[in-house]
Amino acid sequence: MTTEILDVAKIRTDFPILGRSMNGKPLAFLDSAASSQKPNQVVSAITNYYQNHHANVHRGMYTLAAEATELFENTRTKIAQFIGADSTKEIIFTRNATEAINLVAYTWGETNLKAGDEILISVMEHHANLVPWVRVCEKTGATLKTIPIDSDGRLDLSSLDTLLTAKTKLVALSRMSNVLGTINDVAPIFAAAKKLGAVTLVDAAQSAPHIATDVKKLNCDFLVLSAHKMLGPTGVGILYGREELLNAMPPFLAGGEMIDQVTFEKVTYNELPHKFEAGTPDIAGVVAFSAAIDYLNNLGMDAVQRHEHEITSYALAKLGELPWLTIYGPRDSKNRGAAVSFTVEGIHPHDVSQFLDSAGIAVRAGHHCAQPLMKALGTDATTRASFYIYNTNEEVDRLCKALIDLRSFFKL
Amino acid sequence: MSHPLEALYRDIILDHYRSPRGVEPLASADVCSRGSNPSCGDELQVQLKIDDGKISQASISARGCAISVASSSMLTEVIEGMTLDEAVEFGENIRNMMHGKEIPEDFDLGDIDALKGVRKFPVRVKCAMLAWVATLEAIRKYRDGEATDSKIEITTE
Repeated sequence: MTTEILDVAKIRTDFPILGRSMNGKPLAFLDSAASSQKPNQVVSAITNYYQNHHANVHRGMYTLAAEATELFENTRTKIAQFIGADSTKEIIFTRNATEAINLVAYTWGETNLKAGDEILISVMEHHANLVPWVRVCEKTGATLKTIPIDSDGRLDLSSLDTLLTAKTKLVALSRMSNVLGTINDVAPIFAAAKKLGAVTLVDAAQSAPHIATDVKKLNCDFLVLSAHKMLGPTGVGILYGREELLNAMPPFLAGGEMIDQVTFEKVTYNELPHKFEAGTPDIAGVVAFSAAIDYLNNLGMDAVQRHEHEITSYALAKLGELPWLTIYGPRDSKNRGAAVSFTVEGIHPHDVSQFLDSAGIAVRAGHHCAQPLMKALGTDATTRASFYIYNTNEEVDRLCKALIDLRSFFKL
Repeated sequence: MSHPLEALYRDIILDHYRSPRGVEPLASADVCSRGSNPSCGDELQVQLKIDDGKISQASISARGCAISVASSSMLTEVIEGMTLDEAVEFGENIRNMMHGKEIPEDFDLGDIDALKGVRKFPVRVKCAMLAWVATLEAIRKYRDGEATDSKIEITTE
């Protein structure tokens, strides 16, 4: 039984790794929130690039360099369309979403923040959207404020009026929690922030693989994502920034490509987006990211979201039947993404994960780079199962069966 | 058919995990040290009472997985009554055992023999070693006359 929305059986044939056995059992890969698997189309794009088109991008006068540059820039165009950006000047290639947030923190943050200013994030942020702001606050004297969560794992906006004030200079929120699965309706919060003159950043690392992204509808000034969580290669991330803001920001890394004129005394900088892309980028990774976007566009992000809503609903129902299991995050699958965190009474999440591995099921255990959230939830760690386009309800059934076996193995 | 994880989760390990020994904090410790494994969130605090060069009491409060809690519990049982030299030698033998190195033939591990199974699961060796690393650090600090509280992180055991 698989959902009817996507042809999952056909999709799975594009992912040879899913045919592997693990510890003598068929692999059930339930850790796509950490990094998704890659379809053949993406792997082939990397090979094809190196076998047929490689040369360093930009500035080359010969045909091969022009080909490589065109392939590289095609991805930029495709990403701009995928997230609804006005211009390719607004799309900066980074190594990952973390680097993209650091770019904003080091350049926009250090230039624009001072003592008395406030940054507003939420309790459910990944360390990537937390630690850079802590550092900026240390350097500038600005203060970090956090939106709490309610008992259902959703943002508690009851005190937003006191948290979001004229002092707020930046609101940086995750659109989807990597732990709770909560999908945050950031657009109205960002709209309120903008009325007060604040800049807004959305961490779309978890949401972009699963739900349609439109920077206009989100009311965001900056958006970050990582290719490797959405079928693309590791080593490629995106920073979207509104052109006006990016133009006003100082450069981040300095070196080749990002310059206009260089003397020993003075440097003038290149235009957007190159001003923020010093050095040779991960060209093959960027080129192959294009194949990942094509793959998602062919499925349709609407269908991707509906498939995941279905499998998440099924998982919440089946896991909810286990009386010794605690689910963290919303119990209702509405506005909820495909990551489900849980703990098993009497068994530490690492031992849960170890046992599931012996049953061929790959899940993640730990604090999921969200220590303040773990504290708010009153636990040290959780086990997390996360789903993507290639996962099936049968794999959810295997997870539940293995959890029951786990309890008897630990004699509980 | 026996489950492949029985080599890791021996009955004696599960017994120490469910009913850990030596968890009561000491009223007056001579040295303490904390250990944590930032990659997985395991945390523990070691306290030692030392009289005439011997460990008269040991306590570890640990939050973590079955392997780290059981290892902590077994450590507090085995280490009491040892001289500091004996405890250091014992700890080094455990470290060598976990990393697949030779240990003396006549070395009596007691309950800790059950932890040998962890060697087959390299990512879990650090769980078993956390209590030992923190205890060896506590002894070093005691000998060096350092402040009684410090925190060490274990990342690459």
